[in-house]
Amino acid sequence: MRFLVLVWNNLKRKKLRTSLTLLSIFVAFVLFGLLCSIREAFMAGVSMAGADRLVVRHKVSLIMNLPVTYGPRMERIPGVESAVHWTWFNAIYQDEPKNFFGSFPVNPEPFLAMHSEYLLPEDQKQAWLKTRTGAIVGRTLTQRFGWKIGDRVPLTSPIWPRKGDQAWEFEIVGIYDGAQKGTDTSGFFFRYDYFDEARARGEGTVGWYFVRVTDVNRVAEVANAIDAEFANSPYETKTEPEGAFAQGFIQQMGNFTTILIGILSAVFFTILLVAGNTMAQAVRERTGELGVLKAVGFSNGLVLALVLAESCLITAVGGLAGLGAAWLFAARGSPIPAILPVFYLPTENVILGVGLVFALGLVAGILPALQAMRLQIAVALRKTD
Amino acid sequence: MINWLSQVASITFFNLRTIPHRKGAAVTAAVGIAGVVAVFVGVFSIAEGFRAAMTVAGPDDVAIVLRSGSDSEMTSGLSREEVRLIADAPGVARMPGGPLASAELFVIINLPKRSTGTDANVPLRGVEKAAAAVRGDIRIVEGRMFEPGRNEVVVGVGAARACSGLGLGRAIRVGQTEWKVVGIFSGGGGAAESEIWTDAAVLQPAYHRGDSFQSVYARLTSPQAFQEFKDALTTNPRLKVKVLRQAEYLAEQSSMLTGFIKGFGVIIASLMALGALFGALNTMYSAVAARTHEIATLRALGFGASPIILSVMVESLALALVGGAVGAAAAYVAFDGFQAATINWQTFSQVAFAFTVTPRLLTYAVTWAAAIGLLGGLFPALRAARLPVAAALRDT
Repeated sequence: MRFLVLVWNNLKRKKLRTSLTLLSIFVAFVLFGLLCSIREAFMAGVSMAGADRLVVRHKVSLIMNLPVTYGPRMERIPGVESAVHWTWFNAIYQDEPKNFFGSFPVNPEPFLAMHSEYLLPEDQKQAWLKTRTGAIVGRTLTQRFGWKIGDRVPLTSPIWPRKGDQAWEFEIVGIYDGAQKGTDTSGFFFRYDYFDEARARGEGTVGWYFVRVTDVNRVAEVANAIDAEFANSPYETKTEPEGAFAQGFIQQMGNFTTILIGILSAVFFTILLVAGNTMAQAVRERTGELGVLKAVGFSNGLVLALVLAESCLITAVGGLAGLGAAWLFAARGSPIPAILPVFYLPTENVILGVGLVFALGLVAGILPALQAMRLQIAVALRKTD
Repeated sequence: MINWLSQVASITFFNLRTIPHRKGAAVTAAVGIAGVVAVFVGVFSIAEGFRAAMTVAGPDDVAIVLRSGSDSEMTSGLSREEVRLIADAPGVARMPGGPLASAELFVIINLPKRSTGTDANVPLRGVEKAAAAVRGDIRIVEGRMFEPGRNEVVVGVGAARACSGLGLGRAIRVGQTEWKVVGIFSGGGGAAESEIWTDAAVLQPAYHRGDSFQSVYARLTSPQAFQEFKDALTTNPRLKVKVLRQAEYLAEQSSMLTGFIKGFGVIIASLMALGALFGALNTMYSAVAARTHEIATLRALGFGASPIILSVMVESLALALVGGAVGAAAAYVAFDGFQAATINWQTFSQVAFAFTVTPRLLTYAVTWAAAIGLLGGLFPALRAARLPVAAALRDT
């Protein structure tokens, strides 16, 4: 511990250089934190997927609808516990295309039972069951538009015009939260019975189904049974686990995400290289002093440890501050809720970041430290500049 | 003045010549800036390429008509009657075979993406006979055009490249029917190249669309005729439509993704630039510190402060420009022409595009590098100029 003072004083000697190095490490780790949050924002659907849930959609594409009668038929298939349907409503608020958000007509009770990741207080659930035009809204969506319980919101949908071409009227009766940090709470759910009766066309059709299986180990088998049930009908289905379904969406963005991550990694390591070299330089300048330390009896191991401690200290201060700043930024919520509804820095990335901080300290310090350790006292003392 | 210039020249030359003695620091400063530039160019080449794939070049005499209130073809809908009224409107160019207008359907079909093997939403467009003539830049590069009324499709070169199973002679399955790929077409590098085309009359029953369409593409007699065409449609009480120039429409359709990429590009490039700036500052400060003696000697000999400031800044600028050039070249080699495909959320379908490094982008990048170099040199230069001569000479 007493050597900490020595290490600290060494860092303080060139305040300007130390602070510049600190800042560049700080920036690198802010970037790392942001990158991890963005990646997580894209991957949220996969990591939050229920293992015992399947998604059933029209075989040709997701934009084509399925009959509402498929629900009960699927529930008769052995291994299927329950099936609930969702439909893409494409609601727009205030006729402004950028005020667009995920909105879905569903059957309240089966929906809430299937999606236990959405937490809705019991009294609000009762209110939803009582109110035909009632809707429940995710926490982040209420923040985006400043909605609260009791508000009446008129919405339009370019896909689903209402009979008579009026706007759709909804009353917000509940606000749901996510059971976990990564749960998407940017959705808007309203009652299918209201929707089906009032829509101008497409009665009796729904977008896709979520199916819960009784036994997680039989997921593949049940998926095949569902597709077989509807094979050769006008509405053939494609069934896959929810995780694979979400993964498919990310794959659609394709190599794009990989490229973005690749580029950002390059960024990160470039900045690290700059910072690492500066630290090596700082140690090289003190050859003479290190010779003195050895001459007064510091062991080789201790000199090595001192140099490593110095580089680790500087990366720790800069890197942890950077991670902290990124975490604070992410904790404020998504900078663009319309595109990335879920935005946070996952704990495992924080741990990875801390690991990287110390790895960087060691890698940047190891060559100078080895040099310092191998110094011959006479050579070091003779060297004057 | 001559004296001043020769002072600047001699110190600058002297500084630049000594760079090899400070290899480590100089190289890291340059590498840091090269990294910033490479990433800047890389990220923005994605946005540029995507934008290029979505927009069309050439005269702006193609209009698109959608149902009013819809934000894309996907959510639009028009009846046979409305389509007929639109094609007959004033301003639409006419050929012996009829007006140059094509009523179209826009749906998506799931096909496996070549790079990942998983399903991708590929746009499938039902078109009328005039579609290619309306757009003007559609060329069949392999095979032939589909025959009206038959289950045949032609595939854009971008779609054929991004998705497997779209080669000539292959078949795609829609529900109970199989459609044969009879041709591959190019579309001037525009959005059509990511699409599959077939006869609208064949697509309607396959997607249970009755006798409805989603959009009308029309070639106008001239770009100026647009206003007349638009007014005629929007004032017609039997129509509830919105009329856009094709270029306008496509720019709108790509705005979300390009905005997103550019927004993040700017944030990332700024953060990186900040990091590289600290690196450059560090390098130049130590360069100045290492030369305290020399600088003081020069001052004692009668060299002015401004030549010293300039010489340090030139050195920093030189390092930055070398780094910037290396980074830009590396980014150009690595990213230009890189083929990618991504989903455009606004149309919910795949767009194939190539990363595009434009000269404008390279100019921006090198400007960033120069700015970092100048800023990184400024403060150390001022410090060098302010050195108290006597103290610096005494200091060992």
